Amino acid sequence: MTEAPIISARDLRKVYRAGDVDVHALRGLDLDISRGEFVSIIGPSGSGKSTLFHILGGLTPPTSGSLHVAGYDLLKISEAERTKLRKTTVGFVFQKYNLLPTLTARDNILIARDIAGKSVELDGEFNALLDLLGIRSRLTHKPRALSGGEQQRVAIARALVNHPAILLADEPTGNLDTENSTAVLGLLSDLNRRLGQTILMITHNAEAAAYAHRLISMRDGRIVPNA
Amino acid sequence: MCAFHLLINKLVIENLKHRPVRTLLSALAVGVQVTMILTLVGISKGMLEDQAVRAKGVGADLSIRPPGSSAIGLSGNFDERILPFVQKQPHVALATGVLIAPTGPITSITGVDFPTFSRMSGRFRFLEGRPIEHTDEVIVDEYYAKEHQLHPGSTVKIFNREWKVCGVFEQGKLARIIIPLDILQKLTANTGKLSIIWVKLDDPSRTNEVIAELRRAGLAEYQIWSMADLISQMSPNNIPVLKTFTAVVIGLGVVIGFLVVFLSMYTAVLERTREIGVLKALGATPAYIVGILLRETALLAIFGTIAGIILSFGSRWLIETLVPGSLTQAIVPDWWPIAGLIAMGGSLLGAAYPGLKAARQDAIEALSYD
Repeated sequence: MTEAPIISARDLRKVYRAGDVDVHALRGLDLDISRGEFVSIIGPSGSGKSTLFHILGGLTPPTSGSLHVAGYDLLKISEAERTKLRKTTVGFVFQKYNLLPTLTARDNILIARDIAGKSVELDGEFNALLDLLGIRSRLTHKPRALSGGEQQRVAIARALVNHPAILLADEPTGNLDTENSTAVLGLLSDLNRRLGQTILMITHNAEAAAYAHRLISMRDGRIVPNA
Repeated sequence: MCAFHLLINKLVIENLKHRPVRTLLSALAVGVQVTMILTLVGISKGMLEDQAVRAKGVGADLSIRPPGSSAIGLSGNFDERILPFVQKQPHVALATGVLIAPTGPITSITGVDFPTFSRMSGRFRFLEGRPIEHTDEVIVDEYYAKEHQLHPGSTVKIFNREWKVCGVFEQGKLARIIIPLDILQKLTANTGKLSIIWVKLDDPSRTNEVIAELRRAGLAEYQIWSMADLISQMSPNNIPVLKTFTAVVIGLGVVIGFLVVFLSMYTAVLERTREIGVLKALGATPAYIVGILLRETALLAIFGTIAGIILSFGSRWLIETLVPGSLTQAIVPDWWPIAGLIAMGGSLLGAAYPGLKAARQDAIEALSYD
């Protein structure tokens, strides 16, 4: 018997209101992602990538269809359950890093544990991950004292500190130079290979997308079949 | 120990440290609110305590005031022919009448009969100058002299008339400015009138007995107070208008605290829109986000209260330096927690709307905020 996909979407639709106009951001999307997969979603601006990212992360509910993420039925769950999903099941990595400027790198990571109600201590296993990310010696610094690459690696550590089932990365190399982009993508690939971390990465960049096992193209709110 | 709360507290402290000027100004504004309350209450208490000390300085055992008057303040005069009548009563060793006339909202001049007043209260101790010898002379106490920089030879204008200061006496003799009784009576068209009769008994333990006797003897409508009762009446709680005034100032304090913290937290929420989005993306509940803002507010209120208490010492120093003859401010430690709670209440009210705004913020909009 095959394992059920960790993400399963059928005829997923999202309509939101922009002024007086209904915007159909997703127009019947079907998607299955297995546990342990590294998937890239690529597409032009306005294709619905970001909307899909926000829906999968529980930041906004879908309008219709069906969507199951790690056992959560995202069309039926309440706001409080979506908050719980973000706390326990998904980890976000953003293009702009989004670290809290007033906290050190260590505290930026630990705040995610604090929010999840877990002990704010880093275990040996996580320290090994920090070594892998190459930021263990930079933990006492605040974001302004870190390079873009270091900030993004801290953001990855923060996204993983609660051991989420799914890592959602939105243009994680969008603000980085080539060298740092390569390093971050290599790390994501490493995390997927070594830890079996499920990763869903949204990107404009075909080179970045190539690091994934599978590439999904989107256009006009739908998945475009691979040629 | 649960380290869970340590990190949120750290975030709160780091947020406050991140904007030191805003933090300082907000705490200072809350401090001004606390100082306002402590200064007002301190002045009320200080003035009454000072009045009580000065009343004690007269050396009397009881006082007689006009019918319908209160223990505090000026509320009418009465016929001085009562004085010899009082003097003749059993156990009355000495009685002296004074006339008090206001010279400003909180200042007055007192006319005394120097021979009897001095016998009752002990001689005036002059720090500078001498007793009154001429009809155009006044003596003032050391606080009034300090406030108005008066010395023997200075002139002071009272009732549109120039008076020559001939002596500065040690404070504690009831009045700040003293002239002979008959001169003040003439000057204020109160010839034959007194404001208070101070009475010294041959045996102070008979005070209540003498008061009862005076009432029986025809002074039933007069306000006759033993010194102990008089002093116990000199409390802000016995002055309804003062209680109302204090309530108004407290209300103003709450409004100020509310507005200052509202503005401070509102701008903080706007400035941290993106951070709030990040916290929401990490799974922070609305309660967690409101908790951060409320803790920041509580810290501001605590810092503000401490600042306000320190500032109340500053306001006392200013009053003692600039207007020692007009105002006296007591330090009121029993009001510190009350003022702190008022500041906390106003501040938390002020943080309520920004907190709700932050909690309701849409995470996606917040994350795209630049």
